[in-house]
Amino acid sequence: MTDVLAGHTVTVSLTVNGTAHEVEIEPRELLVTVLRERLRLTGTNIGCETTSCGACTVLLDGRSVKSCTVLAVQVHGRDITTIEGLAGPDGLHPVQEAFRRCHGLQCGFCTPGMVMAAVSLIDEGRATDEKSVRLALKGNLCRCTGYHNIVQSVLSAAEVMKEADA
Amino acid sequence: MIPAAFAYRRAESVAEAIELLAEYGDEAKLLAGGHSLLPIMKFRLAAPSVVIDLGGVGGLDYIRADGDEIAIGALTRHVDLETSAELGAAVPLLRHAASVVGDCQIRHRGTIGGSVAHGDPAADLPSALMALRGTVVVEGPSGRREIPIDDFYLGFLETALGPDEVLVEVRVPRRGDRPWGFQKFRRRSIDWAIVGVAYQSEDGGGGIGLVNMGPTTLRAATAEAALRGAAAPDDVAQLADADADPIGDASATPEYRRHLARVLLARALAGGAST
Ligand SMILES: Cc1cc2nc3c(=O)[nH]c(=O)nc-3n(C[C@H](O)[C@H](O)[C@H](O)COP(=O)(O)OP(=O)(O)OC[C@H]3O[C@@H](n4cnc5c(N)ncnc54)[C@H](O)[C@@H]3O)c2cc1C
Ligand code: FES
Ligand code: FES
Repeated sequence: MTDVLAGHTVTVSLTVNGTAHEVEIEPRELLVTVLRERLRLTGTNIGCETTSCGACTVLLDGRSVKSCTVLAVQVHGRDITTIEGLAGPDGLHPVQEAFRRCHGLQCGFCTPGMVMAAVSLIDEGRATDEKSVRLALKGNLCRCTGYHNIVQSVLSAAEVMKEADA
Repeated sequence: MIPAAFAYRRAESVAEAIELLAEYGDEAKLLAGGHSLLPIMKFRLAAPSVVIDLGGVGGLDYIRADGDEIAIGALTRHVDLETSAELGAAVPLLRHAASVVGDCQIRHRGTIGGSVAHGDPAADLPSALMALRGTVVVEGPSGRREIPIDDFYLGFLETALGPDEVLVEVRVPRRGDRPWGFQKFRRRSIDWAIVGVAYQSEDGGGGIGLVNMGPTTLRAATAEAALRGAAAPDDVAQLADADADPIGDASATPEYRRHLARVLLARALAGGAST
């Protein structure tokens, strides 16, 4: 089988935060390492590398995924949003704003993943009450805050975004 | 932590995936959502030389009514089962089982086909298929065949899928508003089940599937027989582990798993759905 492997790289096109990229990579490269090491978007963190902590959460076509458990080749032609792509010309995204307002972070390591997971769950209509938010964030671990302020941040952002939509 | 090197092939259709499987044989692995395969490849518990990505195969992502059954395409993701109003109305047990798999991010990636084909006894969806007496539809070089769920699991991570076959569809009978229950017991909400029980009532009895009570997803056949004989629910629940052969591990001893199965079946028979 060595023949199929020899010098085997693939060209992957992906759009990250609205910018089209083409990368020549080995098929085994994880999305998170391509984002961090090839595209130098180091806002997305690596915590566990085993799909447990959520620090590497990004949006794939608008939905949260753990980028340590996605191969970059799997997202060929797709749209990725990382924490770097959230803030707009008018400032922070409402979820980022809410984390600041509600003190939803301490050391900040879990925060990029937590914010991306929150953007997805609010968009999916899962941020209806405290219990739903806690359930929907169970794949994101935080070693500092005790979660209370994170949950308050998400509920507050959901409220603000609903009002802005109305 | 990255997988060992492999060659990557992207199938554009089921026919192409079957051809690639025929070409590379045992060296190849199909890739759907990647949420069972990639973790074991990262730990180097699997090191296929060729990975055949099904991600580009169109037309395998559907939930549709087909006579008395609901047909679900193999690439349908857990989140689409969880949020399908049609599935919720026709087969609420399966909708619920999908909603307790892993976390939101995992459910955005994992597929029903991958979950069923992987053959992990700790997986949730296969137990629901067992309780529902579902069917697995596979396609290979010699065409399409339907495998009843009772004949699908042969051993730990071992199924009736041939090396050149692709799982294309899962079929389950409509159960509408008949009673059902699903119980998943674990210490932390993000964990796999230590033990799980799926129950679906049907004419003259009910189907019962067990999670993590042996090397494969299991049917609690003795308890089902008692149900058909109209035994009292508490007596039925006492038989939950009669056909099981649970292992002991860091989470539970075999005796504790047997105890859990009995308690969880009692709750499932009472219509309980754990989150
Ligand atoms: C941290 C974590 C927690 C999890 N927790 C749970 C849980 O609580 N409950 C649960 O049930 N699951 C859990 N899962 C597993 C998850 O549900 C997986 O998504 C699922 O088991 C596999 O689906 P997949 O599409 O990702 O398959 P893949 O990983 O792509 O494939 C799995 C296997 O099936 C084969 N395969 C895939 N599709 C097909 C097909 N169409 N035809 C033939 N063979 C195919 C592959 O070759 C491979 O061997 C968890 C996973 C992770 C990473
Ligand atoms: S680094 Fe991906 S889930 Fe922890
Ligand atoms: S703020 Fe430190 S890990 Fe969450």
